[in-house]
Amino acid sequence: MNNAIRHTWVVAVGLFITLFVALSIIQVGVTDELNANPNNVRQVYEDRGAPRGAITVDGSAIAESVPSDNASFDYQRVYHEPDLYSGITGTYSIAANPTGLEGTLNEYLSGHSDSQFFDRIASVFTGDTMDGGQVELTLDGELQQLAYDQIPDGTRGSIIVTEVATGDIKAMASKPSYNNNRLAVQDSAQLVQNQEELEADPDLRYTSRAISSTMAPGSTFKLVDLVAMLESGDYEPDTVLENPNSITLPESSTELRNFDRGICAQRPQAELSWIVAQSCNTPFAEAAMELGEDPIREAAENFGFNSDDLGIPLRVDTSNFPQDLSDAALAQSSIGQFDVTSTPLQMNMVAAAIANGGTLMKPNLVDAIRGSDLQLLEASEPETLSEVTSEEVADEITEMMVQVVESGTGTRAQTGSFQVAAKTGTADVGDTGEVNSWITGFAPAEDPQYAVTVAYERIDYDTGSSLTGPQMLTMLEAAIE
Amino acid sequence: MNAAAQQAYKPRRNLELLLLLIALTVAIGSQMLVAFALDEPITTDYYIEGAVFAGLVLTFHVVLRLRAKYADPFILPIVVTLNGLGIAMIHRLDFTPSFSGVADRQLLWTGVSIVAAMVLMWLLKDHRRLRQLTYISLAASVVLLFLPIVPGLGQELNGARIWVNLGPLSFQPSEIAKITLAVFFAGFLANNRDLILLAGRKFGPVTFPRLRDLAPMFIAWVIAIGVLVVQNDLGNALMFFGLFVAVIYVATSRFSWIAIGAVFMLIGAALAYQFVNHFRDRVDIWLNAFDQDIYERTFGGSYQVVQGLFGMAHGGLVGTGLGSGNPNMISLANSDMIIAAFGEELGLIGLSAMLLLYLLLFSRYMRAGLGTRDTFGKLLAVGLAVVLVLQVFVVVGGITRVIPMTGLATPFLAAGGSALLANWLIVALVLLISHSARQPVIVGPMVNATGESSFGTESRLQHSGGPGARESAVHRHSANRHHAEEPTRLNHAPADQHTPADQGGTK
Repeated sequence: MNNAIRHTWVVAVGLFITLFVALSIIQVGVTDELNANPNNVRQVYEDRGAPRGAITVDGSAIAESVPSDNASFDYQRVYHEPDLYSGITGTYSIAANPTGLEGTLNEYLSGHSDSQFFDRIASVFTGDTMDGGQVELTLDGELQQLAYDQIPDGTRGSIIVTEVATGDIKAMASKPSYNNNRLAVQDSAQLVQNQEELEADPDLRYTSRAISSTMAPGSTFKLVDLVAMLESGDYEPDTVLENPNSITLPESSTELRNFDRGICAQRPQAELSWIVAQSCNTPFAEAAMELGEDPIREAAENFGFNSDDLGIPLRVDTSNFPQDLSDAALAQSSIGQFDVTSTPLQMNMVAAAIANGGTLMKPNLVDAIRGSDLQLLEASEPETLSEVTSEEVADEITEMMVQVVESGTGTRAQTGSFQVAAKTGTADVGDTGEVNSWITGFAPAEDPQYAVTVAYERIDYDTGSSLTGPQMLTMLEAAIE
Repeated sequence: MNAAAQQAYKPRRNLELLLLLIALTVAIGSQMLVAFALDEPITTDYYIEGAVFAGLVLTFHVVLRLRAKYADPFILPIVVTLNGLGIAMIHRLDFTPSFSGVADRQLLWTGVSIVAAMVLMWLLKDHRRLRQLTYISLAASVVLLFLPIVPGLGQELNGARIWVNLGPLSFQPSEIAKITLAVFFAGFLANNRDLILLAGRKFGPVTFPRLRDLAPMFIAWVIAIGVLVVQNDLGNALMFFGLFVAVIYVATSRFSWIAIGAVFMLIGAALAYQFVNHFRDRVDIWLNAFDQDIYERTFGGSYQVVQGLFGMAHGGLVGTGLGSGNPNMISLANSDMIIAAFGEELGLIGLSAMLLLYLLLFSRYMRAGLGTRDTFGKLLAVGLAVVLVLQVFVVVGGITRVIPMTGLATPFLAAGGSALLANWLIVALVLLISHSARQPVIVGPMVNATGESSFGTESRLQHSGGPGARESAVHRHSANRHHAEEPTRLNHAPADQHTPADQGGTK
């Protein structure tokens, strides 16, 4: 009998060994697989309820994680001044992948980047919750507020201010904006409802229009033409060009006209700087056809067109300058129509590169990333994106842009305190009667510090032009002072 | 059990006291850890509850000193550790809305169970007295098992009709039936062992007992399984089956019983798969837990088992720490699935440690069976040990997908008063058996004919030959103390004498 008892014991030990093996498989062997299972909300809760690092502007948090009341999540993401920043921060939501900087810098904010490896190890041993890294933005809170306040409600506009020497973005505001706290709610039913309400506005964009709205840049694109023209050596600012009121494009019946309400019609022939100041179209179309597509596209690409993602580190939509153009299409493209599209940021880069003596700095939103104990993980260094043109050509274009403000289409951006250099643009949007209204420029002209771009999409002409110039000036004044 | 080993036995109550203090530290400490982890204030309740728990446990220790001072010193500390951890986890889950308000009840039941176990020890004094209750136990088992089917009394919960409502209290009578059935099996086999062993018929290498010798037991067992299947209590059905096979194997030492049992189990499983929807669902879930259709099925889906796996995987090797996981996301986290909750928060390391405690506890139960000198005590201890080990295996195996999941309470851990009470009563019985196994034998004048000392094991005595010697060894204590067992003993005698030659084959 005792032997039978011993055998029974051995059988029971066998059962337990089976259990140990099974547990080891579950808890060590296939852990990754189980954690990655789409049905495993636990991992979602773990990640979604984790204390992420803050995103800060001027040292105060615009996005931070606070302890949550929700039973399933330990922390709740909270956005301060959401309308001002939602297009930049994006949202950390329970239901979807994080957007905006929350998405692109997720590694750091969640504390999972390689540079935070030792923090993670330490947190295992100390038992502390691993806090994510803190992201400090280059934005200037006051400028951002000013930019946002200037854009009238109900319009689709954006304003960008960058520092020309570094590429740092000081302000990047757009409307319509939204309250991203509504997407950060930790109740999926509530989330769905909020999402529906937000998306009822057809103009809503979750990312800033400054980087996601690609639209015809109109005459602001002539700055790119100017680089190609002046670099070719065939043109000088005082070169006199033919300025017919309209030309018929080759191999088509399309007429390309100077702008109706401009004063180009006054002079059938004019020097280039006057033509730039008044933003006449026909001389640029002729010059483009003469130069051919390549030099213009090359200049455009140097400025950042056709570049997949600028990664500032936010994803920036691609601004486009098409290839293999017919002469007619090239002529239209040269005045920022046809298939040429640009984000407001892209046109800001054009102005900034000219302001910076032809050197394009990589635009950048992130000043520094710090670990959970605030040690510096990464500090942004100004980075040259490309040498767009020579300092000489840049200076010549700057001169002409000053003319635009002093006596041309940009007189609304004039001020007594410093010289402003700018280029306006108006692009028809199909036959809607609405236009895209642009201005991009910088100041002070003799020692450029900030580049400002104001862009409105689908706005009536008068409203647009009454907004862009004065708003650029306000931003420049605020930035420089 | 030879003389040398016997003489080494000491009461070891001081060792027990030391271990109990450690166990209480773990139990009350984990309770406090929960509060720290969840940022809950440590109120005076913690001290009162801790003190009451410690007081009860130490009282039990005193009862052991007075009534069973040679009882195994490891059993009580292990049980206290497990029970304390269970309360801590239930308490931890109390802080989540869906599980709140259970810990106090569990604590109350723990108190009731400990007191009941002490009372049982105090009144029973000697486990051998239960042998008189063999057939009363049978009757009690049948009544207990049938209770949930009685209309108006029984209650169906989560698809299994295993509950009895007594006013505000609900009770799971099958938990107590574990004990009464184990008593019946042990008593019946102890009484009829020789008949079963010797009057069998040989088919090839396998000796089958005559059916009429086994009939009462077989019938009891069939009824038990039948009732449990009707009630959808598949975990208990499996457990009673294992209990039956194990005690009969130990009683006869014939491995063929295990083989027969395995065959029967396979047949039973096949039949159940054919005719019991509930069981077919469980097998489905077991095999295809990650199938999306089965996962999303409203009733009888794999959601629970898959969530348990997620929880354990989330805990990984070291666990999230007590209070820092999300065990509340698993349904029935504080009862059937409490192992998954521990797996999440204590990790593989913590859960393995708990399983080792179970294995150790089981080993101590078996040790009591090995050591005790009476057949009834051996069979009862083994039966109760098998009940313990099967409960753990069925629960943990179900949660880890080793076997299909069936609902059973994890001994001492899971929320549930009846299970707690039953397991504590089992502890009391095993402590009594271990006391009788380890207490020094007073070597009196009854030295047997061969000159061997009278506390040798049966098998050795069987070798030594004389039936008289065997009688005196096995039944000396009971004969001295409990005259009521005499008739049983006399019944054995003829069978023993019929076929002395067969005895070598019975060991």
